[in-house]
Amino acid sequence: MARETPAGDLRLANLTKKFGAFTAVDDLSLTIPQGSFFALLGASGCGKTTTLRMIAGLEEPTSGQVLLADRDIARLRPYKRPVNTVFQSYALFPHLDIFENVAFGLRRRGIRSVDQQVRQMLSLVQLDGYERRRPAQLSGGQQQRVALARALINHPQVLLLDEPLGALDLKLRRQMQIELKRIQTEVGITFVHVTHDQEEAMTMADTVAVMNAGRIEQLGAPAEIYEFPATAFVANFLGQSNLIAGEVAGGNGGEILVTAHGGRFSVPAARARSNQGPVHLGVRPEKLHLAGTAAQVPAGCQYLDGTVSDASYVGVSTQYLLRTGWGTEVSVFAANSGAQQRFVPGDRAVAYWDPRHSFLLGRRTGEDDRTSPVLDEPVGASS
Amino acid sequence: MSALAHVSTASGQPASPPPAAGPGRHRFLPYLLLLPGAAWLFLFFAVPLVQLAAASLYDPNGSLSTGYALTWAFGNYPTALQAYWPQFGRSFLYAGIALVLGLLMGYPLAYAIAQKAGRWKNLLLVCVVAPMFTSFLVRTLAWKTILSDNGWLVGLLRDVHLLGPDGRLLATPVAVVLGLTYNFLPFLVLPLYASLERLDYRLLEASSDLYASPLKTFRRVTLPLSMPGLIAGTLLFFIPATGDYINAELLGTPNQYMIGNVIDSAFLVRLDYPQGAALSFLLMSAILAVVFVYLRRAGTEEVL
Ligand SMILES: Nc1ncnc2c1ncn2[C@@H]1O[C@H](COP(=O)(O)OP(=O)(O)OP(=O)(O)O)[C@@H](O)[C@H]1O
Ligand SMILES: [Mg+2]
Repeated sequence: MARETPAGDLRLANLTKKFGAFTAVDDLSLTIPQGSFFALLGASGCGKTTTLRMIAGLEEPTSGQVLLADRDIARLRPYKRPVNTVFQSYALFPHLDIFENVAFGLRRRGIRSVDQQVRQMLSLVQLDGYERRRPAQLSGGQQQRVALARALINHPQVLLLDEPLGALDLKLRRQMQIELKRIQTEVGITFVHVTHDQEEAMTMADTVAVMNAGRIEQLGAPAEIYEFPATAFVANFLGQSNLIAGEVAGGNGGEILVTAHGGRFSVPAARARSNQGPVHLGVRPEKLHLAGTAAQVPAGCQYLDGTVSDASYVGVSTQYLLRTGWGTEVSVFAANSGAQQRFVPGDRAVAYWDPRHSFLLGRRTGEDDRTSPVLDEPVGASS
Repeated sequence: MSALAHVSTASGQPASPPPAAGPGRHRFLPYLLLLPGAAWLFLFFAVPLVQLAAASLYDPNGSLSTGYALTWAFGNYPTALQAYWPQFGRSFLYAGIALVLGLLMGYPLAYAIAQKAGRWKNLLLVCVVAPMFTSFLVRTLAWKTILSDNGWLVGLLRDVHLLGPDGRLLATPVAVVLGLTYNFLPFLVLPLYASLERLDYRLLEASSDLYASPLKTFRRVTLPLSMPGLIAGTLLFFIPATGDYINAELLGTPNQYMIGNVIDSAFLVRLDYPQGAALSFLLMSAILAVVFVYLRRAGTEEVL
């Protein structure tokens, strides 16, 4: 999209929010380019809503700045900010009907003829005919769509969405995702989108930030974060990873050698976040492949051997757990393409991977293997 | 990405809104629950009301000693109105001014207790209700002391020249209105508090997020959502205040007498039952008319 307008980037600078002694948002600094789709992911209670509230002006930062087009708006009253929010709790006005709820922002700005815009917006969220209902007469998903329409209709510079699609069924959610993405690119609104749906974040966002305990652990394009996570938290929060505890045993040219549980592995230096001391060797489950014997492992690949301890069929793939000699269970996702050998629990097998698909993360001394939560849904398998 | 592409073409027709739900099944239960209250109302309200209506149409020339005859003397009404219209007017005027004062004090008070008081909430509520632990009469007598000519308040007002050197508060309309305001304030504050307590602050946040200044938020969100409490409170304040006679009696003079004082004396001093009854009915219908108009207007959102 062409950007003739002066850059209206949203910038957070050292933004901090403390509730008493508790730090909810800790020295957050990031830039969200105008018109981009920014997704904020993170475990419950990590400070996502608090961050949005500071951007909206509903929470005063303890310190730091919120800059919109290089203007510090951190102390501007919320109603003076060109920012709208889709609230996690919807916060629809119970005394107004759906039409008036959606028209609220336009009317407060003194716009008289709202009729056409409101109807257009309602049909966008597929609520035509519901104009005269009260919020209490709608289902949760319908209320959520009203909340969306009520914020979108104002075409703000920045739209903050706090889990705006959480209450919708899969089909409707996909439709809304498409609509949101379309509006965002057409109108050029900056979206800051909080979601628990990793797939949603990955498919929609230009940039994904993974938050943990008030800090951003990693920020980048979805594929970048997924393929090369920066921390063990990110590696297991966004999708799953098998993280095997090891020690760096030296390097040779472009490779870093790692010893782990008696085995020796190598990782390309470009895929290492740490090149000394204790490390986690990480491989995504779908990057692991199973073979019956070490002899079947293709040249250039590395492998672990063990016993298949669980095999669950989930349609598009089969998820195996392979118990290694030292007792850790690694996950392996094998696509059900029909080309692969099937394994049943009890089979001896080896899991192999291309070293270019592995990555190396720093590890605190004493920390053990970290494997993903067992039998979690893999990213991409739900659609 | 593939998921997005699939669904984009398969947009289903939006379902037309289903009709709103009907009433529940327990049809007789509500009536059963109404029974005790209804019986009470019938015995102690409806029956005396009919009796009073009859009394208002008694022969005006009768007396307690000679006995009354029901002569359908509708003339009692114009006669009573002609004699006592100033007291009528005064009742509504004083109660109206007191209501305005009460709202000016009571709304912010209720709002502060409900939304801002935090852990002081209960204590403040007790403070609002505490005066009711003493009798209405005692409280009004206390005001007599506060407003008395040699009390500190009059002294202070004289010192700052808000009152002339021999100006007074007691025995003036000011005293009666202040008394009314004070005595009925809790009836205004409590229902308002109940409404404002339930007000979700997140709605106020949403409103301010949607470009409404604090003033607009008050007008468009807070006020409409507190309407039930506001209506209940104003009625609970205004109706008894209009019929009140204690405040005028204790804090005013016959020049400040309200219609309640006249009815009081018709029944208890002059023993003119037909006139007392006629005045009571006049007062009741006047209040009903005011309330009806008020509810009609306040009940629709457009009025605000
Ligand atoms: N007003 C407050 N007073 C004290 N602590 C608060 C307040 N608001 C939030 N917190 C705390 O700050 C932390 C971050 O809260 P926040 O609402 O930002 O989480 P979140 O990331 O949005 O979580 P979720 O995904 O569950 O919505 C939480 O631990 C929460 O308990
Ligand atoms: Mg939240």
